[in-house]
Amino acid sequence: MATGLTLKELSKKEDRLTHGHRMCSGCGAPTVVKMVLLATDYPVIASNATGCLEVSTCISEYTAWKIPWIHTAFENAAATLSGVETMYRSLKKRGMIDKEIKFIAFGGDGGTYDIGLQSLSGAMERGHDMIYICYDNGAYMNTGIQRSSATPLGADTTTCPAGSVIPGKLRSRKDLTKIMAAHNIPYAAQASPSHWMDLMKKVKKAHEIKGPKFMNILSPCNRGWRSKTNDSITLSKLAVNSCYWPLYEIEDGVTKITYTPKEKVPVAEFMKPQGRFKHLFAPENEWLLKAVQEEVDKEWEKLQKEAKCG
Amino acid sequence: MKPKGWKDLAPGAVVLEGGSAVNFKTGSWRAFRPVWKEENCIQCLFCWLYCPDMAIKVKDGKRAEFDYDFCKGCGICALECPGKKGKKAIEMVEEGK
Ligand code: SF4
Ligand code: SF4
Repeated sequence: MATGLTLKELSKKEDRLTHGHRMCSGCGAPTVVKMVLLATDYPVIASNATGCLEVSTCISEYTAWKIPWIHTAFENAAATLSGVETMYRSLKKRGMIDKEIKFIAFGGDGGTYDIGLQSLSGAMERGHDMIYICYDNGAYMNTGIQRSSATPLGADTTTCPAGSVIPGKLRSRKDLTKIMAAHNIPYAAQASPSHWMDLMKKVKKAHEIKGPKFMNILSPCNRGWRSKTNDSITLSKLAVNSCYWPLYEIEDGVTKITYTPKEKVPVAEFMKPQGRFKHLFAPENEWLLKAVQEEVDKEWEKLQKEAKCG
Repeated sequence: MKPKGWKDLAPGAVVLEGGSAVNFKTGSWRAFRPVWKEENCIQCLFCWLYCPDMAIKVKDGKRAEFDYDFCKGCGICALECPGKKGKKAIEMVEEGK
Protein backbone atom coordinates (compact mmCIF):
# COMPACT_ATOMS: atom_id res chain seq x y z
CA MET A 1 0.00 0.00 0.00
CA ALA A 2 1.30 3.40 -0.93
CA THR A 3 0.65 4.88 2.48
CA GLY A 4 2.72 2.18 4.18
CA LEU A 5 -0.17 1.93 6.59
CA THR A 6 -0.71 -1.78 6.88
CA LEU A 7 -0.88 -3.23 10.35
CA LYS A 8 1.62 -5.87 9.36
CA GLU A 9 4.21 -3.26 8.46
CA LEU A 10 3.33 -1.00 11.39
CA SER A 11 3.69 -3.87 13.83
CA LYS A 12 7.36 -4.17 12.91
CA LYS A 13 8.07 -0.72 14.31
CA GLU A 14 9.50 -0.20 17.75
CA ASP A 15 7.08 0.82 20.52
CA ARG A 16 7.93 4.39 21.37
CA LEU A 17 5.42 4.31 24.19
CA THR A 18 6.17 1.14 26.10
CA HIS A 19 4.14 -1.06 28.39
CA GLY A 20 4.56 -0.64 32.09
CA HIS A 21 2.76 2.71 32.06
CA ARG A 22 0.07 3.11 34.67
CA MET A 23 -2.91 4.42 32.76
CA CYS A 24 -6.12 2.65 33.85
CA SER A 25 -6.96 -0.67 32.29
CA GLY A 26 -8.74 -0.05 28.99
CA CYS A 27 -7.93 3.67 28.80
CA GLY A 28 -8.17 5.16 25.32
CA ALA A 29 -5.27 7.60 25.68
CA PRO A 30 -2.30 5.20 25.32
CA THR A 31 -3.85 3.81 22.14
CA VAL A 32 -4.20 7.33 20.77
CA VAL A 33 -0.54 8.09 21.53
CA LYS A 34 0.54 4.73 20.12
CA MET A 35 -1.24 5.49 16.83
CA VAL A 36 0.20 9.00 16.65
CA LEU A 37 3.73 7.70 17.18
CA LEU A 38 3.25 4.82 14.73
CA ALA A 39 2.34 7.41 12.10
CA THR A 40 5.45 9.45 12.88
CA ASP A 41 8.43 8.38 10.79
CA TYR A 42 10.80 10.95 12.23
CA PRO A 43 12.76 11.50 15.39
CA VAL A 44 10.29 13.33 17.58
CA ILE A 45 10.35 15.42 20.74
CA ALA A 46 7.21 15.68 22.84
CA SER A 47 5.95 17.84 25.63
CA ASN A 48 3.06 16.77 27.79
CA ALA A 49 0.64 18.88 29.78
CA THR A 50 -0.39 17.70 33.22
CA GLY A 51 -3.09 15.09 33.01
CA CYS A 52 -3.56 11.33 33.18
CA LEU A 53 -1.20 10.73 30.29
CA GLU A 54 1.53 12.75 31.88
CA VAL A 55 1.34 11.51 35.43
CA SER A 56 0.82 7.86 34.53
CA THR A 57 3.44 7.43 31.84
CA CYS A 58 6.33 8.79 33.86
CA ILE A 59 6.36 7.95 37.51
CA SER A 60 9.60 8.58 39.33
CA GLU A 61 12.26 6.65 37.40
CA TYR A 62 9.84 4.70 35.27
CA THR A 63 9.10 6.34 31.95
CA ALA A 64 7.13 4.68 29.19
CA TRP A 65 8.48 7.12 26.61
CA LYS A 66 11.28 6.16 24.30
CA ILE A 67 11.48 9.63 22.85
CA PRO A 68 12.69 12.85 24.46
CA TRP A 69 9.68 13.87 26.50
CA ILE A 70 9.19 16.93 28.63
CA HIS A 71 6.92 16.98 31.62
CA THR A 72 5.30 20.41 31.75
CA ALA A 73 2.74 22.05 33.98
CA PHE A 74 -0.93 22.11 33.10
CA GLU A 75 -0.85 25.35 31.19
CA ASN A 76 2.35 25.35 29.21
CA ALA A 77 2.82 22.26 27.04
CA ALA A 78 2.60 24.41 23.91
CA ALA A 79 4.81 27.19 25.32
CA THR A 80 7.52 24.75 26.41
CA LEU A 81 7.56 23.03 23.07
CA SER A 82 7.65 26.42 21.29
CA GLY A 83 10.90 27.10 23.10
CA VAL A 84 12.37 23.74 22.18
CA GLU A 85 11.35 24.12 18.57
CA THR A 86 12.86 27.61 18.41
CA MET A 87 16.12 26.31 19.87
CA TYR A 88 16.12 23.54 17.27
CA ARG A 89 15.69 26.04 14.44
CA SER A 90 18.48 28.13 15.83
CA LEU A 91 20.84 25.16 16.14
CA LYS A 92 19.94 24.07 12.65
CA LYS A 93 20.67 27.51 11.26
CA ARG A 94 24.05 27.52 12.95
CA GLY A 95 24.83 24.10 11.48
CA MET A 96 24.97 22.41 14.88
CA ILE A 97 22.24 19.95 14.05
CA ASP A 98 21.15 18.56 10.72
CA LYS A 99 18.54 15.98 11.61
CA GLU A 100 14.91 16.52 10.65
CA ILE A 101 13.13 16.48 13.99
CA LYS A 102 9.39 16.79 14.59
CA PHE A 103 7.62 18.24 17.60
CA ILE A 104 4.41 17.07 19.24
CA ALA A 105 2.67 18.49 22.29
CA PHE A 106 0.17 16.25 24.05
CA GLY A 107 -2.50 17.55 26.37
CA GLY A 108 -5.83 16.32 27.71
CA ASP A 109 -8.93 18.44 27.35
CA GLY A 110 -8.34 20.09 30.73
CA GLY A 111 -4.84 21.10 29.69
CA THR A 112 -5.95 22.13 26.23
CA TYR A 113 -9.52 23.50 26.17
CA ASP A 114 -9.13 25.20 29.55
CA ILE A 115 -5.86 25.72 31.35
CA GLY A 116 -3.44 25.59 28.41
CA LEU A 117 -5.58 27.43 25.88
CA GLN A 118 -3.67 30.68 26.21
CA SER A 119 -0.25 29.15 25.61
CA LEU A 120 -1.65 26.97 22.83
CA SER A 121 -3.20 29.97 21.13
CA GLY A 122 0.09 31.83 21.44
CA ALA A 123 2.14 28.99 19.98
CA MET A 124 -0.23 28.63 17.03
CA GLU A 125 -0.27 32.37 16.36
CA ARG A 126 3.54 32.57 16.49
CA GLY A 127 3.63 29.81 13.92
CA HIS A 128 5.82 27.22 15.59
CA ASP A 129 6.39 24.10 13.54
CA MET A 130 4.65 21.53 15.72
CA ILE A 131 1.55 19.40 16.10
CA TYR A 132 -0.51 19.96 19.19
CA ILE A 133 -2.55 16.89 20.00
CA CYS A 134 -5.43 17.03 22.41
CA TYR A 135 -6.63 13.66 23.68
CA ASP A 136 -10.14 14.61 24.61
CA ASN A 137 -11.90 12.50 27.22
CA GLY A 138 -14.28 15.24 28.22
CA ALA A 139 -13.38 16.06 31.83
CA TYR A 140 -10.58 16.30 34.38
CA MET A 141 -10.40 12.56 34.80
CA ASN A 142 -7.05 12.44 36.56
CA THR A 143 -8.22 14.49 39.53
CA GLY A 144 -11.59 12.77 39.85
CA ILE A 145 -13.90 13.65 36.96
CA GLN A 146 -14.43 17.38 37.27
CA ARG A 147 -16.16 19.14 34.39
CA SER A 148 -14.08 20.88 31.74
CA SER A 149 -15.18 23.00 28.81
CA ALA A 150 -14.98 19.78 26.77
CA THR A 151 -17.55 18.00 28.93
CA PRO A 152 -20.59 17.29 26.77
CA LEU A 153 -24.04 18.65 27.46
CA GLY A 154 -25.91 16.55 30.02
CA ALA A 155 -22.89 14.62 31.32
CA ASP A 156 -22.64 13.85 35.01
CA THR A 157 -19.35 14.89 36.61
CA THR A 158 -18.38 15.53 40.22
CA THR A 159 -18.65 19.30 39.70
CA CYS A 160 -21.91 19.19 37.75
CA PRO A 161 -23.49 16.18 39.43
CA ALA A 162 -26.75 14.89 38.05
CA GLY A 163 -29.40 14.83 40.75
CA SER A 164 -32.52 16.60 41.87
CA VAL A 165 -31.04 20.07 41.34
CA ILE A 166 -29.42 19.76 37.91
CA PRO A 167 -29.46 16.98 35.31
CA GLY A 168 -25.68 17.06 34.76
CA LYS A 169 -23.86 19.70 32.75
CA LEU A 170 -26.15 22.37 31.38
CA ARG A 171 -23.66 23.90 28.97
CA SER A 172 -22.49 22.51 25.66
CA ARG A 173 -18.87 21.70 25.01
CA LYS A 174 -16.87 24.29 23.24
CA ASP A 175 -15.78 23.53 19.72
CA LEU A 176 -12.04 23.65 20.13
CA THR A 177 -11.17 22.24 16.73
CA LYS A 178 -12.96 25.16 15.09
CA ILE A 179 -11.40 27.61 17.52
CA MET A 180 -7.97 26.38 16.52
CA ALA A 181 -8.89 26.52 12.84
CA ALA A 182 -9.94 30.14 13.41
CA HIS A 183 -6.27 30.86 14.15
CA ASN A 184 -5.83 30.37 10.41
CA ILE A 185 -3.27 27.67 10.99
CA PRO A 186 -2.49 25.46 7.98
CA TYR A 187 -4.01 22.32 9.48
CA ALA A 188 -6.61 21.45 12.09
CA ALA A 189 -8.31 18.07 12.28
CA GLN A 190 -10.48 15.82 14.36
CA ALA A 191 -9.83 12.07 14.66
CA SER A 192 -10.82 8.98 16.60
CA PRO A 193 -8.87 5.81 17.50
CA SER A 194 -11.71 3.67 16.10
CA HIS A 195 -10.78 4.99 12.65
CA TRP A 196 -7.09 4.36 12.93
CA MET A 197 -6.23 4.73 9.26
CA ASP A 198 -7.92 8.12 9.11
CA LEU A 199 -6.11 9.14 12.31
CA MET A 200 -2.71 8.05 11.07
CA LYS A 201 -3.14 9.65 7.66
CA LYS A 202 -3.94 12.91 9.38
CA VAL A 203 -0.85 12.70 11.57
CA LYS A 204 1.31 11.88 8.54
CA LYS A 205 -0.14 14.78 6.61
CA ALA A 206 0.31 17.14 9.54
CA HIS A 207 4.00 16.25 9.81
CA GLU A 208 4.56 17.20 6.18
CA ILE A 209 2.97 20.62 6.60
CA LYS A 210 5.22 23.37 7.89
CA GLY A 211 3.90 25.46 10.73
CA PRO A 212 1.44 24.98 13.55
CA LYS A 213 -0.99 22.07 13.39
CA PHE A 214 -3.74 21.02 15.75
CA MET A 215 -5.47 17.66 16.16
CA ASN A 216 -8.31 16.87 18.48
CA ILE A 217 -8.58 13.13 19.12
CA LEU A 218 -11.41 11.50 21.02
CA SER A 219 -10.07 9.43 23.89
CA PRO A 220 -12.54 7.27 25.81
CA CYS A 221 -12.07 7.10 29.58
CA ASN A 222 -13.95 4.26 31.20
CA ARG A 223 -13.49 5.75 34.67
CA GLY A 224 -15.08 9.07 33.85
CA TRP A 225 -17.48 7.85 31.21
CA ARG A 226 -18.65 5.20 33.64
CA SER A 227 -18.40 2.53 30.99
CA LYS A 228 -16.71 -0.86 30.68
CA THR A 229 -12.98 -1.35 30.41
CA ASN A 230 -13.33 -3.05 27.04
CA ASP A 231 -15.35 -0.50 25.10
CA SER A 232 -13.01 2.36 24.19
CA ILE A 233 -12.92 1.43 20.52
CA THR A 234 -16.63 0.55 20.33
CA LEU A 235 -17.61 3.83 21.96
CA SER A 236 -15.33 5.96 19.83
CA LYS A 237 -16.83 4.26 16.77
CA LEU A 238 -20.34 5.14 17.98
CA ALA A 239 -19.20 8.71 18.62
CA VAL A 240 -18.15 8.95 14.98
CA ASN A 241 -21.16 7.13 13.55
CA SER A 242 -23.59 9.30 15.49
CA CYS A 243 -21.76 12.43 14.29
CA TYR A 244 -21.18 13.42 17.89
CA TRP A 245 -17.50 13.32 16.91
CA PRO A 246 -17.29 13.92 13.16
CA LEU A 247 -14.02 13.17 11.42
CA TYR A 248 -12.87 16.12 9.38
CA GLU A 249 -9.92 18.34 8.61
CA ILE A 250 -9.49 21.99 7.81
CA GLU A 251 -6.51 22.51 5.58
CA ASP A 252 -5.64 26.08 4.61
CA GLY A 253 -9.18 27.09 5.47
CA VAL A 254 -10.79 24.37 3.37
CA THR A 255 -13.02 21.99 5.32
CA LYS A 256 -13.18 18.37 4.32
CA ILE A 257 -15.20 15.64 5.99
CA THR A 258 -12.90 12.62 5.90
CA TYR A 259 -15.47 10.04 6.91
CA THR A 260 -19.24 10.06 6.48
CA PRO A 261 -21.09 7.37 8.40
CA LYS A 262 -23.06 5.05 6.14
CA GLU A 263 -25.92 5.31 8.56
CA LYS A 264 -26.04 8.11 11.11
CA VAL A 265 -27.01 6.43 14.38
CA PRO A 266 -28.89 8.27 17.16
CA VAL A 267 -26.50 9.87 19.64
CA ALA A 268 -28.35 7.91 22.36
CA GLU A 269 -26.54 4.80 21.13
CA PHE A 270 -23.24 6.42 21.97
CA MET A 271 -24.56 7.68 25.32
CA LYS A 272 -26.50 4.66 26.56
CA PRO A 273 -23.53 2.46 27.54
CA GLN A 274 -22.05 5.34 29.54
CA GLY A 275 -23.04 5.84 33.17
CA ARG A 276 -22.31 9.57 32.93
CA PHE A 277 -25.44 9.88 30.76
CA LYS A 278 -27.59 7.36 32.64
CA HIS A 279 -29.93 10.00 34.08
CA LEU A 280 -30.75 11.29 30.60
CA PHE A 281 -32.71 8.12 29.98
CA ALA A 282 -35.12 8.87 32.85
CA PRO A 283 -38.49 10.26 31.66
CA GLU A 284 -38.00 13.65 33.37
CA ASN A 285 -34.80 14.30 31.43
CA GLU A 286 -36.10 13.34 28.03
CA TRP A 287 -35.96 16.99 26.96
CA LEU A 288 -32.23 17.11 27.59
CA LEU A 289 -31.55 13.96 25.59
CA LYS A 290 -33.55 15.54 22.79
CA ALA A 291 -31.54 18.73 23.11
CA VAL A 292 -28.30 16.75 22.79
CA GLN A 293 -29.55 15.08 19.60
CA GLU A 294 -30.68 18.43 18.18
CA GLU A 295 -27.32 19.93 18.88
CA VAL A 296 -25.47 17.06 17.21
CA ASP A 297 -27.74 17.34 14.15
CA LYS A 298 -27.28 21.09 13.95
CA GLU A 299 -23.49 20.89 14.20
CA TRP A 300 -23.31 18.08 11.65
CA GLU A 301 -25.41 20.08 9.20
CA LYS A 302 -23.25 23.12 9.74
CA LEU A 303 -20.11 21.08 9.13
CA GLN A 304 -21.52 19.62 5.93
CA LYS A 305 -22.31 23.13 4.69
CA GLU A 306 -18.80 24.30 5.52
CA ALA A 307 -17.39 21.31 3.68
CA LYS A 308 -19.48 22.12 0.61
CA CYS A 309 -18.34 25.72 0.53
CA GLY A 310 -14.76 24.44 0.65
CA MET B 1 14.65 -1.28 40.14
CA LYS B 2 15.96 -0.32 43.58
CA PRO B 3 14.61 3.00 44.87
CA LYS B 4 17.24 5.71 44.84
CA GLY B 5 17.92 8.51 47.26
CA TRP B 6 17.80 12.10 46.03
CA LYS B 7 21.58 12.23 45.78
CA ASP B 8 21.56 9.40 43.25
CA LEU B 9 19.13 11.11 40.90
CA ALA B 10 20.27 12.93 37.79
CA PRO B 11 20.11 16.74 38.07
CA GLY B 12 16.57 17.97 37.52
CA ALA B 13 15.32 14.43 38.23
CA VAL B 14 15.70 13.74 34.52
CA VAL B 15 15.05 10.11 33.64
CA LEU B 16 17.94 9.02 31.46
CA GLU B 17 16.73 5.56 30.55
CA GLY B 18 14.00 5.81 27.90
CA GLY B 19 11.29 3.19 28.19
CA SER B 20 12.32 2.20 31.72
CA ALA B 21 8.66 1.50 32.51
CA VAL B 22 9.25 -1.97 31.05
CA ASN B 23 10.73 -2.71 34.45
CA PHE B 24 7.39 -2.06 36.08
CA LYS B 25 5.02 -4.97 35.58
CA THR B 26 1.31 -4.28 35.50
CA GLY B 27 0.06 -7.82 34.93
CA SER B 28 -1.11 -8.15 38.54
CA TRP B 29 -3.85 -5.57 37.85
CA ARG B 30 -5.68 -8.17 35.82
CA ALA B 31 -9.01 -9.65 36.97
CA PHE B 32 -9.74 -11.32 33.64
CA ARG B 33 -7.18 -13.04 31.46
CA PRO B 34 -7.40 -13.02 27.67
CA VAL B 35 -6.77 -16.40 26.11
CA TRP B 36 -5.69 -16.59 22.48
CA LYS B 37 -7.11 -19.35 20.33
CA GLU B 38 -4.77 -19.50 17.44
CA GLU B 39 -7.05 -21.73 15.37
CA ASN B 40 -9.60 -18.90 15.10
CA CYS B 41 -7.06 -16.15 14.45
CA ILE B 42 -7.06 -14.51 11.03
CA GLN B 43 -3.95 -12.41 11.76
CA CYS B 44 -5.76 -9.10 11.30
CA LEU B 45 -3.66 -7.57 14.12
CA PHE B 46 -6.49 -5.37 15.40
CA CYS B 47 -5.80 -6.71 18.89
CA TRP B 48 -2.21 -5.56 18.62
CA LEU B 49 -3.26 -2.13 17.37
CA TYR B 50 -5.94 -1.44 19.94
CA CYS B 51 -4.13 -2.81 23.00
CA PRO B 52 -3.45 0.18 25.28
CA ASP B 53 -0.71 -1.72 27.07
CA MET B 54 1.42 -3.00 24.21
CA ALA B 55 0.80 -6.45 25.67
CA ILE B 56 0.31 -8.38 22.45
CA LYS B 57 3.48 -9.60 20.90
CA VAL B 58 3.92 -9.64 17.15
CA LYS B 59 6.83 -11.41 15.49
CA ASP B 60 7.67 -10.63 11.86
CA GLY B 61 4.20 -9.26 11.28
CA LYS B 62 2.49 -12.27 12.84
CA ARG B 63 0.52 -12.28 16.00
CA ALA B 64 2.20 -14.13 18.87
CA GLU B 65 1.27 -14.69 22.52
CA PHE B 66 -0.02 -12.20 25.07
CA ASP B 67 2.49 -10.59 27.34
CA TYR B 68 0.90 -11.42 30.67
CA ASP B 69 3.49 -9.41 32.55
CA PHE B 70 1.82 -6.27 31.26
CA CYS B 71 -1.74 -7.12 30.15
CA LYS B 72 -4.18 -5.38 32.52
CA GLY B 73 -7.11 -7.48 31.34
CA CYS B 74 -9.23 -4.66 29.89
CA GLY B 75 -10.75 -6.96 27.27
CA ILE B 76 -10.62 -4.53 24.32
CA CYS B 77 -8.83 -7.13 22.19
CA ALA B 78 -11.50 -9.76 22.86
CA LEU B 79 -14.31 -7.35 22.02
CA GLU B 80 -12.70 -6.12 18.81
CA CYS B 81 -11.41 -9.49 17.60
CA PRO B 82 -13.32 -10.51 14.47
CA GLY B 83 -12.14 -14.13 14.66
CA LYS B 84 -12.95 -16.74 12.10
CA LYS B 85 -16.51 -17.58 11.00
CA GLY B 86 -18.02 -15.85 14.01
CA LYS B 87 -15.69 -17.65 16.41
CA LYS B 88 -13.54 -15.26 18.40
CA ALA B 89 -9.84 -15.90 18.70
CA ILE B 90 -9.69 -14.24 22.11
CA GLU B 91 -11.70 -15.22 25.13
CA MET B 92 -11.70 -13.54 28.54
CA VAL B 93 -11.41 -15.94 31.48
CA GLU B 94 -11.61 -14.97 35.13
CA GLU B 95 -8.20 -15.04 36.81
CA GLY B 96 -7.70 -17.75 39.39
CA LYS B 97 -10.22 -20.01 37.78
S1 SF4 C 1 -8.94 8.17 34.51
FE1 SF4 C 1 -9.63 7.85 32.40
S2 SF4 C 1 -8.20 9.00 31.07
FE2 SF4 C 1 -7.26 8.75 33.11
S3 SF4 C 1 -5.97 6.90 32.91
FE3 SF4 C 1 -7.99 6.28 33.75
S4 SF4 C 1 -9.21 5.69 31.95
FE4 SF4 C 1 -7.45 6.88 31.20
S1 SF4 D 1 -7.89 -9.53 16.67
FE1 SF4 D 1 -8.33 -11.75 16.83
S2 SF4 D 1 -8.20 -12.52 14.71
FE2 SF4 D 1 -7.19 -10.50 14.75
S3 SF4 D 1 -5.01 -10.96 15.12
FE3 SF4 D 1 -5.94 -10.59 17.11
S4 SF4 D 1 -6.52 -12.63 17.86
FE4 SF4 D 1 -6.17 -12.81 15.65
